[in-house]
Amino acid sequence: MIASYFQNMPDIMTRALVVGTLVSLCASLLGVTLVLKRYSMIGDGLSHVGFGALAIATVLHVGNASMAVSLPIVMLAAFVLMWLTEKRRMQGDAAIAVLSTGAIAIGTLLFRLSDNQYQDICNSLFGTASMALLSDSDMWITVGVSVAVLLLFILFYTRIFSVTFDTNFAKATGVHVSVYSMMLAALTAVTVVIGMKMVGAIMVSGLIIFPALSAMRVAKQFRSVMITSAVLSLVCFFAGFFLSLLIEAQPGPAIIAVHVLVFLICTLIGFMRNRIRTRKNRSIVVEPPCKMQ
Amino acid sequence: MALLTFESVGLSYGGDNVAHDVSFSVQAGEFWGIVGENGSGKTTLMKALLGLIPCASGRIVMGEGLKPNEIGYLPQQSAIQKDFPASVEEVVLSGTIGWRGMKPFYGRRERETARANMDMLGILPIAKHSYQELSGGQQQRVLLARALCATRKCLVLDEPTTGLDPVVTADFYRLLNDINKRGMTIVMVSHDIEEAVRSCTHILHLSCHPLFIGTAAEYKNSPIGRKYLKETAV
Repeated sequence: MIASYFQNMPDIMTRALVVGTLVSLCASLLGVTLVLKRYSMIGDGLSHVGFGALAIATVLHVGNASMAVSLPIVMLAAFVLMWLTEKRRMQGDAAIAVLSTGAIAIGTLLFRLSDNQYQDICNSLFGTASMALLSDSDMWITVGVSVAVLLLFILFYTRIFSVTFDTNFAKATGVHVSVYSMMLAALTAVTVVIGMKMVGAIMVSGLIIFPALSAMRVAKQFRSVMITSAVLSLVCFFAGFFLSLLIEAQPGPAIIAVHVLVFLICTLIGFMRNRIRTRKNRSIVVEPPCKMQ
Repeated sequence: MALLTFESVGLSYGGDNVAHDVSFSVQAGEFWGIVGENGSGKTTLMKALLGLIPCASGRIVMGEGLKPNEIGYLPQQSAIQKDFPASVEEVVLSGTIGWRGMKPFYGRRERETARANMDMLGILPIAKHSYQELSGGQQQRVLLARALCATRKCLVLDEPTTGLDPVVTADFYRLLNDINKRGMTIVMVSHDIEEAVRSCTHILHLSCHPLFIGTAAEYKNSPIGRKYLKETAV
């Protein structure tokens, strides 16, 4: 079956793999920062806003350019969420709940106007039946923004570390922390929108959070967590994608299912390693002598 | 000119006035302890010094070419840091962020600064260790090394020994005194009056407005100093 897929649609296949690779990389890098800053739920809230945005795109009959519509909407929602949380106008989790349930309700009502209601809702929630169905416009937007996300992430890597590890210290040394918060919000919004096509609105936050969580179980340095997260994300994408072809299922659930499995394995490895370390009685870390006496 | 001059500084936090008429100056090389009870405005005063919040009235003037982003800050640990995956080296290096401009990565100068400070504080052997797995005293040394990477002139410490056991606390103060003797100006906020009097050269006792400003020796013999030192001793 896989062979025939390759023969018939090599182009479509490459397209899905390129998009999947880029989206997986963006989601995994961003995920580390979001999880560490306790912003995991922001990704989840934004994905529901994404669902609402897709409904608007469908009703407007711009199905082929759905991203051009949903990107600005989700980004606006991200800024509003960040602003509400930073200024303490509203509790962060409450703001997310309000925004996400509201968006789902409005989105579902809007989808009633579409000719193909249930199919459209299903695709938005669980990802397109085949990633091969990405339109040209959506694909180029995905490639463009994910390359931009990756570049920004690499260029600002050391600053993102500072701001994530210690906001007040960064502020005191003259870093414009609110600019980075907003950048983080924008990058999350972008990643949610492009990830949603792949795994659907319900599961896109899994794409962001799982690799980071798995990586943190096994790696203990920031850089190694980043690298592990990226590698795990790619492995899970390829495994999940080919699994979906094999069992003829949607790629979204298959990819996330592989993520769950990898997370369990990483948790087990982390647990075993901790046991070994405790048995050594933490003797590796010795109190260093004070050199300045 | 003094390194730091507070000119009748008034501060508010969340709309409430928490301090007023704070005027004093810090000369280069001094070690100031800002003491007072909870809610006395000492933490707010420190935040204003760091530029994290604006002064409601008055102003803080910096002399001797000190720029606002050249103060090394040792904040209290946040919940996020407790399980943050980072190596000692990564944390210390991040202290250089204020002065290395728009360069995206750490260069040789940054790495050397970090290395020198880790060596001075005796944490170079654990540079590759994970920060979250260190003891409280070691974590505090790491954050101190990071603060030293950010400054050459002035350190600001926020309750640096909270949660440390007495032996590690004494060790940490010894370290601070050594750094101070090398010419580093230190401003420390602390609720531990006794320890502050023992280690600092100068004391500011704050209770919404200054109750005492002067040297540690004078403080010990002042009525207010005697009162508070006796209280904490009991």
